[in-house]
Amino acid sequence: MDRSQALAEHIRAAAGKGKPLCIRGGGSKSFYGREPAGEPLDVCGHRGIVNYQPEELILTVRCGTPLHEVETTLAAQNQMLPFEPPHFGPQATVGGAVACGLSGPRRAGAGALRDYILGVRCINGRGEILRFGGEVVKNVAGFDAARLMAGALGTLGVLLDVTFKVLPRPAAELTLAFEMDEARAIETMNRWAAQPLPLSASSFHAGRLCVRLSGSEASLEAAHRALGGETLAGADDYWQALREHRLAFFAGTHPLWRLSVPPATPPLKLGEETAGDTEWFLEWHGAQRWFRIAPEAGIDAGTLRRAAAAAGGHATLFRHGDRTGEVFHPLPPALLALHKRLKAAFDPDGVLNPGRLYPAF
Amino acid sequence: MDRPTSSDLVTALRRLLPAEQVIHDTEALRPYECDALSVKRRRPQVVCLPDTVDQLRAILKLCRERNVPIVARGAGTGLSGGALPLEQGVLLSLARFSRILEIDPRNRTARLEPGVRNIAISEAAAPHGLYYAPDPSSQIACTIGGNVAENAGGVHCLKYGLTVHNVLGLKILTLEGELLEIGGQALDGAGYDLLALYTGSEGLLGLITEITVKLLPRPAAVTVMLAAFPSIAAAAETVTRILAAGIVPAGLELMDRLAVQAAEDYVHAGYPRDAAAVLLCELDGGEAELEAQAGHLASLLRAGGAQDIQRADTPEERARLWAGRKAAFPAAGRLAPDYYCMDGTIPRRCLAEVLEQIGRWSEEYGLRVANVFHAGDGNLHPLILYDAARPGELEKAEAFGARILELCVAKGGSITGEHGVGVEKLDGMCVQFDAAELNQFHRIKEACDPLGLLNPGKAVPSLHRCAELGAMHVHGGKLPFPELERF
Repeated sequence: MDRSQALAEHIRAAAGKGKPLCIRGGGSKSFYGREPAGEPLDVCGHRGIVNYQPEELILTVRCGTPLHEVETTLAAQNQMLPFEPPHFGPQATVGGAVACGLSGPRRAGAGALRDYILGVRCINGRGEILRFGGEVVKNVAGFDAARLMAGALGTLGVLLDVTFKVLPRPAAELTLAFEMDEARAIETMNRWAAQPLPLSASSFHAGRLCVRLSGSEASLEAAHRALGGETLAGADDYWQALREHRLAFFAGTHPLWRLSVPPATPPLKLGEETAGDTEWFLEWHGAQRWFRIAPEAGIDAGTLRRAAAAAGGHATLFRHGDRTGEVFHPLPPALLALHKRLKAAFDPDGVLNPGRLYPAF
Repeated sequence: MDRPTSSDLVTALRRLLPAEQVIHDTEALRPYECDALSVKRRRPQVVCLPDTVDQLRAILKLCRERNVPIVARGAGTGLSGGALPLEQGVLLSLARFSRILEIDPRNRTARLEPGVRNIAISEAAAPHGLYYAPDPSSQIACTIGGNVAENAGGVHCLKYGLTVHNVLGLKILTLEGELLEIGGQALDGAGYDLLALYTGSEGLLGLITEITVKLLPRPAAVTVMLAAFPSIAAAAETVTRILAAGIVPAGLELMDRLAVQAAEDYVHAGYPRDAAAVLLCELDGGEAELEAQAGHLASLLRAGGAQDIQRADTPEERARLWAGRKAAFPAAGRLAPDYYCMDGTIPRRCLAEVLEQIGRWSEEYGLRVANVFHAGDGNLHPLILYDAARPGELEKAEAFGARILELCVAKGGSITGEHGVGVEKLDGMCVQFDAAELNQFHRIKEACDPLGLLNPGKAVPSLHRCAELGAMHVHGGKLPFPELERF
């Protein structure tokens, strides 16, 4: 059902009163970002697939549509969202996935959610319905406000429709497992990533490196011969569980940190207490590193952020912990000022998810 | 000869830069009057060629204080007039920032100054078995700074994406002289996706002083197939079938009869001169994967009506098959004194229909059109042939081109796939976007460049321009900007 006009009216009214709105889809990622505040604006009613052309490899979908519905539709045509967005719950919507901008294990081989966005329709904080990008792969008309929406956590606009580029599912997949330490795993993943191998995902945790290969049967056999390793049984379930954070590592209520660093960064050492590697879970050839440890261990946000920044990356408090302070990596003053001006350019009255991304806007 | 109006500014600039880095002499300014859209020319007041970031900052400060607009320029290969100078402005050439700062084989990245030529990146990465994927046709000359500013594409972007998919980090100098560091060697950064915003922003939002790009492993094997089709519709239909079959070629190019004949006469690449259309398809990957795909591709080509299929596996043979496609533009230049290169995109399913319409208009305007395009991603490059020496013919070519772009928008596509808006497609922007959307673009511009001195007047048209255009140009009885006052 198309609820664009009703949603736009709602936003205009809120802007008139200066009343902040908390944009809400399925609520599966309400744990992410800073504490939500404001009057809830339910966008789930705006749902349905608008246009799916399997032979064009494009899909346009309303943002309240459940993510599983989209993936089921694509799977029926042997296609997929190549960035494997995490759902984190059966109610997950397309809009929530785009607003959070998160990608799953296949990001290592196929690219990120933002790479597959071709266009969006959205409502800015003035209640205007705007369309950026389009339904074609190549389009350089106007500033790329469509991709700007990915990961903006709804602070620049309420997403209405998104057009994705989609891809065929690989003919076959094979996961290989290897025993080794963290330093060697990082070196190995990056050495392989520099070779023409059909790598589509990688992970390292507790002395085990897993790499997933995707392609034709023949190419997987050739790669297996070149790399060696043991075939991992139940691999589909493993990557699915990793994508959805259902592995044992992710269980419990200790703060979960996400560090995004250059992939070949050597193992990060945060102090005497973290001599082992069980606190770390690596993905994306080492570019995405999950860290979790009991608060009593005394590793604070500052330590993690300094370590991430020193390596040339950033750290996010992904789940649990204190969500009233800075959840995302603090921005240098000039960048923060630019963020505030951009926020004001889209949402002058500050009604769209204020404070969800950074305290200052 | 020095022009007196600008002497004051020139004197001030000469205090900031050595004499040979400030060009003011009329003759020496001539090469800077235009970029590759040579029908639009303007003489800049002065050209600066700084080679340090400190010099850049000093120039920006001077321009800020004197309210002088700045147009940045790389190699000047842009096709939409993005680097067209302003008469009262400074043209800032970044050509001297040409150092490759770092090739990092472990993280598979290259850190570059903006004046580094596109092809030089792949050359520097080659010893590590790596390369930089986006390869615009001007890659031996064009610079990475210009590629980022225009979000350049190329023949391989069907599989490997545009510039925006291959940039990991940027350093941006704002007009206020602040250096913004966005992204880096990690796969994402904190905050808004400013890499996406700045890529393709055509020099309106900030000056790019450093770029980090990702490098990819060279594919193990590459094969190219060339197929001749009895009709353009059959070739277009085959493009759709190839992609629907799950094959994602590295490149998928289509040329029509006129383009094929022109190219063949020019470079003798062995293209079938009697074909109505030629499809050029490049596959890459592991050897085992490639062989299976090549067999599948050949059967799809035959099923689609291809009469003559050539296959090339060696670098020399592949180069021969590509030579015809790569020569298409200069070859078209031999067919007529001038040509106007369009750059629209459409959903692939509309290819045949749009090409037929272009054919009808070609007769109506009495101007021949050679069609060369990146068929895999629906990116058309109709080359409208004309003779600027004949009065009114350029205007006719432009009017024809504008209609093609309007058709692209009507089919759900875009007025520009990879060449940018610049000054050339400002009117097309009025067709593709409504007033609220254009206003949002202007607000983004103001957020990044509050004084409005960076490449003003390009990429996003003023609402007044659109209103005036709309008054002349009514679609289906509907004024595109009914809320605006008419003048």
